[in-house]
Amino acid sequence: MRYIPTTQEERERMLAALGIQSLEELFQAIPSHIRSDPSRVLPEPLAESQLLRHMQELASQNQDTQALVSFMGAGAYDHLIPAVVNHVTQRGEFLTAYTPYQAEISQGVLQAIFEFQTLIAELTGMDAANASMYDGATALAEACLMACNAARRQKVVLPATLHPEWIDVVKLYLESQDIHVEILPFDGEAGTVDLTALTDDLGSDAACVVAPYPNFFGLLEPVEELSQWIHDRKGLFVMAVDPVAMGLLQSPGAVGADIVVGDGQPLGNAMAYGGPSFGFFACRGTKLVRRMPGRIVGQTQDLDGKRGFVLTMQTREQHIRREKATSNICSNQALNALAGAVHLCVLGPEGLREAAYQCLQKATYLKQCLKDIGIKTAFSAPSFREFVAAADVNWAEVNKRLLEYGFLGGLPLGQYHEDLDSCVLLSVTEARTKEEIDRFVHVLGGLC
Amino acid sequence: MATRSQIPLIFEHSSRGRRGYRYPALDVPETALDELIPAEHQRQQPPQLPEVSEVEVVRHFTGLSRLNHGVDVGFYPLGSCTMKYNPKVNEDCARMSGYMHLHPYQPAETVQGALALMHRLQSYLSDLAGLHETTLQPAAGAHGELTGLMIMRAFHKANGEDGMRKEMIIPDSAHGTNPASAKMVNYQVREVPSDDRGGVDVDALRAMVGPQTAGLMLTNPNTLGLFDENICEIQKIIHEAGGLLYYDGANANAIMGYVRAGDMGFDIVHFNLHKTFSTPHGGGGPGSGPIAVSQRLAPFLPEPIVAEQHGEFFFKRPSQSIGRVKSFYGNFGVLVRAYAYIRSLGEQGLKDVSETAVLHANYLMRNLQPYYELPYDRHCMHEFVLSGSRQKAHGVRTMDVAKRLLDYGVHAPTVYFPLNVEESIMVEPTETETLTTLDTFIGAMKEIAREAEESPDVVCNAPYETPVRRLDEAQAARKPILRWTPEH
Repeated sequence: MRYIPTTQEERERMLAALGIQSLEELFQAIPSHIRSDPSRVLPEPLAESQLLRHMQELASQNQDTQALVSFMGAGAYDHLIPAVVNHVTQRGEFLTAYTPYQAEISQGVLQAIFEFQTLIAELTGMDAANASMYDGATALAEACLMACNAARRQKVVLPATLHPEWIDVVKLYLESQDIHVEILPFDGEAGTVDLTALTDDLGSDAACVVAPYPNFFGLLEPVEELSQWIHDRKGLFVMAVDPVAMGLLQSPGAVGADIVVGDGQPLGNAMAYGGPSFGFFACRGTKLVRRMPGRIVGQTQDLDGKRGFVLTMQTREQHIRREKATSNICSNQALNALAGAVHLCVLGPEGLREAAYQCLQKATYLKQCLKDIGIKTAFSAPSFREFVAAADVNWAEVNKRLLEYGFLGGLPLGQYHEDLDSCVLLSVTEARTKEEIDRFVHVLGGLC
Repeated sequence: MATRSQIPLIFEHSSRGRRGYRYPALDVPETALDELIPAEHQRQQPPQLPEVSEVEVVRHFTGLSRLNHGVDVGFYPLGSCTMKYNPKVNEDCARMSGYMHLHPYQPAETVQGALALMHRLQSYLSDLAGLHETTLQPAAGAHGELTGLMIMRAFHKANGEDGMRKEMIIPDSAHGTNPASAKMVNYQVREVPSDDRGGVDVDALRAMVGPQTAGLMLTNPNTLGLFDENICEIQKIIHEAGGLLYYDGANANAIMGYVRAGDMGFDIVHFNLHKTFSTPHGGGGPGSGPIAVSQRLAPFLPEPIVAEQHGEFFFKRPSQSIGRVKSFYGNFGVLVRAYAYIRSLGEQGLKDVSETAVLHANYLMRNLQPYYELPYDRHCMHEFVLSGSRQKAHGVRTMDVAKRLLDYGVHAPTVYFPLNVEESIMVEPTETETLTTLDTFIGAMKEIAREAEESPDVVCNAPYETPVRRLDEAQAARKPILRWTPEH
């Protein structure tokens, strides 16, 4: 039988060793009246070659972004992935290991995570990072919970410019613990948070304010002002950053962030229809570190005095503390974090800056070209890799036509904000060429 | 194990100006940076990433991988984690461009294959759970627990009972994630003790329930590897009190084709696709923890779920949805692998999996019983728990036995869990191991039991053959070094 090596003869030998006649005896604890009926849903087994044919057939019913030229972003990005990333993550020793509970035979994963933690701490300008979270949205939810525990307050301020799905996730996590969420409106002209809404009333009992950097519209939030405002009111400053942007944009550490999270998909992880990616989570100072959720790897030494790595500060975690743990998280996204680490290592500081710079320049180029054909930019704040374009068209319909030309258009924003019915969120990564951008603009010009 | 020499950190390879990857030259007209990004938004200090070549990166991570044990390397009987073989063909499937390079916001008409796959997987899992509807969103088992409990709370709230139903009952043998998840939705945890057969103490449970009971979280077979024979009685007690039953599916590898959680009376079930359905654990993730629910709970599922009409697949929001537990639609790449696994095995194959996993576990248990204390002497399911109490009498702790096993090229079983067995050793061999491997493991455990009696020091100072020797965990926790700096 598939993936079961036991032969009939061995089966009988084992039964004999157990002194039983049939396998059924081993299942006698299961009451007979609740036993399974035959399934009407489960399929017949497929041999490997049949499986591959079936899977290829299903896959061919999708139009992937190798075939389509994508200008879609909004939380998942078509970045270039160096070939080495996939080769490292396919090593069976990484791929088929579990959480490194036995450190002596898990130094590979442990050291890789230690390096990952260092890379994330460097990217974010924080003192320490954990071994990763499920994704950016859940990392932010946990960051807000951590801020509430640290500040001993029960209110969180989220900007309306945060990704709408992240708002949903954070609200659900917080409201499950009866924590109050306030949504900070945005300035309709700038596209960033409305600073006049930052009142004393709002801030005086807030555990934290969150700043997406860049925000859902691709724009740079006034992070220094937000940092100052919340710190004056003894709350924490939480930033949700794009990791590629960190090659060019201000370090969160430099603007006073206390906790920094983000989604790691842009670092070496294919979009894979939205997952798996990884969330990263970093914070400032030794006190906050001990409140972090998730696995953390630390350096130590062995009996012979040799450097080694272990899971550490486990008294925060569910398997030790149970209901007193800082979080229920157990598995993280280690393999995706490894992909992120390898990606950052081959890029180096120059490569990361180059990726960010090219995104910025190419997005700017598209912005200019659209302006030339009468499609305006909706907001005035500076942007990074994404921007909002506005035209009096039905963007869902335009996108359908674009598909006919082999383009995946931007995300229509009317579904999220009524006033943004004429708006679309466009993303341009370093993977787009001038020729693709020119062709896109040409086709779009004909449709608008 | 491969090597005893220390591998430098990647940062220690760094040489100024070296690079491992080049982008094509910028092909669009440039605008001055200061015109685009105001000075206060420009990074002053570049992050200190290593500056290394491609070959250095490859050698570095290949070197690290060789310090690591995985299922591809050898036996991994880590109880409760179901470290079965991860079929290679499933990796090939997940890497097909039509799955790997999809944007989550592509129009539905361009991703019908992906949606069809998800829709079928939802129905397979609902069927295996014996329940009505499934969400694929949760990213891991613990995330599934959290989602399930959010649904439970939403259900009680819809019935106007959220204010009074504040208690979650959890057995003393439960996974740590259960109480931790309950806390994440503000439930108070009440622990129910085990009886002398290793199951839930039914009388204690009966005395515990009332109008304050939100529900019960249970693993069955439980973490002792024992099927709770009183499950029908247990579900009656909880349901009569107005509570709901949550099934922690960590141990589902034991029962496929034999019994379904829904038929046991459970209302909510999570599956660990990275355990039961063979997707690789990746050194600690990504996992995937879909949950299936009964008909009355289906309206509360997180959004979106995949629906079908006239052969077209699309996303929909359940009518009273709790909202979103994650961005997008779950760990899709993991779903592809699990789907491929189910298609490979089919119904009979899945039943064979459980049968063989249970047979292997019983074979190991009975062969180890002469050498280690077996606290619950009855047939086990897919795993079993020994106690190291006999070895402890010689000054050898369970942790020492675990470390000595590493010298035999075997990953140690889960140790010191469950908490209700002294010096516990939890062994889960899975169905994908050969009889030769099982016999070799028995031989190693026997030898270690002998050493524990005759030369306990040998065991207490193990391991000897691993890339590093026993590591000082206390020091790591006392003076945390959590990142590389040039000084360390």
